[in-house]
Amino acid sequence: MGSIKYFTNGLLKENPTFVIVLGTCPTLAITTAAVNGLGMGAATTFVLVFSNLFISLLKNLIPDKVRIAAFILVIATFVTIVDLVMKAYTPDLYKALGIFIPLIVVNCIILGRAEAFAQKNGIWPSVLDGLGMGLGFTLAITLMGSIREILGNGSIFNIRLLSENATTILIFVLPPGAFVTYGFLIAIMNRIKLKFNI
Amino acid sequence: MEYILLIISAVLVNNVVLVQFLGICPFLGVSNKIETSMGMGIAVIFVMSLANLVTFLIQNYVLVPLHIEFMQTITFIFVIAFLVQVVEIILKKAAPALYQALGIYLPLITTNCAVLGIAILAVQKDFNLVMSVLYAAGIAAGFTFALILMAGIREQLALADTPKGMKGFPLSLVTAGLLSLAFMGFSGIVK
Repeated sequence: MGSIKYFTNGLLKENPTFVIVLGTCPTLAITTAAVNGLGMGAATTFVLVFSNLFISLLKNLIPDKVRIAAFILVIATFVTIVDLVMKAYTPDLYKALGIFIPLIVVNCIILGRAEAFAQKNGIWPSVLDGLGMGLGFTLAITLMGSIREILGNGSIFNIRLLSENATTILIFVLPPGAFVTYGFLIAIMNRIKLKFNI
Repeated sequence: MEYILLIISAVLVNNVVLVQFLGICPFLGVSNKIETSMGMGIAVIFVMSLANLVTFLIQNYVLVPLHIEFMQTITFIFVIAFLVQVVEIILKKAAPALYQALGIYLPLITTNCAVLGIAILAVQKDFNLVMSVLYAAGIAAGFTFALILMAGIREQLALADTPKGMKGFPLSLVTAGLLSLAFMGFSGIVK
C-alpha cells in the first residue's frame, strides 16, 4: 500500500506538466494532434522509467561531483534507443515528432526526477515514480493534443468529428494556439486547486 | 543574399521560441526583467554560435567518417556541457568583467534545449560551416529579441490586477501566445 503513493504522486499532485511546469518545449511543440501527444508521452515514459531504474541501481557507484554528467549519459543512452526504435517501427510518428525525440535528453522532467528522486531512493520506488511521472506527462499532453486537434482540425485521434468542409478554428493547431491552450489549462488547474484547497 | 535571407529567416520568420518552441524554459524563467534578459540573451548568442561551430566539426570529421551518426545525441549533449564549462573558466580568467555580467546565466544554458536542438537542426539542413554558425547566431539573436520583448511586457503586467488563477505561468503563456500571433505576420517573407 505504501509504495502506491510513489506512483500516484506524478499523476495529479505533482503533475510535471500542469503543476511543476517542466518539459514545456515538447508540451507546446508536438501537441498539434492527440496521437502525437500519446507517442511523445510513451517515448518519454520509457526513458523516464529506465533512467530512474539505472540511476537508482548505480547511485552508490556514481561520484557526487560528476553525477549530472553521469545522469545525462544514462538518459542519452535510452533516448538513442527510443530514437532508433521509433525510426524503424513508427516512421510517420517519428517524422511528426522530428527534432523533439533527440531533445528528450534535455527534457527537465527526466533529469529532475533523477536528481530529486532516483538517486536517493530504492529501485522499486524509483521505477514507480518514473512510471507515475511519465503517465502524468502522457495524460497531460494527450489532453492538450486532443483539445487542439478538436478545435483546430475537427477530429480526434484522426477520427473526423466534423465534415471535411466544416470551418474549424485553425489558430489552435498553429503556434499561438499552443501557448494559449496551455496557459488556460494551467489556469483551470489553479482555479480548481484554489477552490478545493488541494 | 543567401546569408541575409538565412538570418532574417532565423531571427523573425522561424523565431526559435515563438514558432519552433525551443528554449521555452529560460524564456519563461528569466523574462522578468529587461536587464536579466539582455544578459541571458548575449550569453546564449555566444554559446550557441560556438556550439554550432564545434558540433559541425565533430559531425563532419568524427561521426561521419567513423559511421557512428547514431551517437549524435550523446556526443552533442556532452560537447555542449563541456563547452559551457570551458567558456566559463576562460571568461573567468580572461575577461572578468564579462564573466561578472554573464556568470550566472552560463550554467543555465546547458539545460537550454535550443542549443542542442539548433545544433541537430543545422546538421539535418546540411549547412556548410559558415552557414551553420550564422544560422546559430541568427537563431540566438531571435531568442534574445523575443526574450526582451516578453520582459518588457511582463514588467508592465506585473502591475496589472489579474484573476488569482491566471497569475504566474498562465498569464505568461497567454502573453507569449499573443506575441507568437504577431510573429506569424512575418511568415511568407522568406520561403
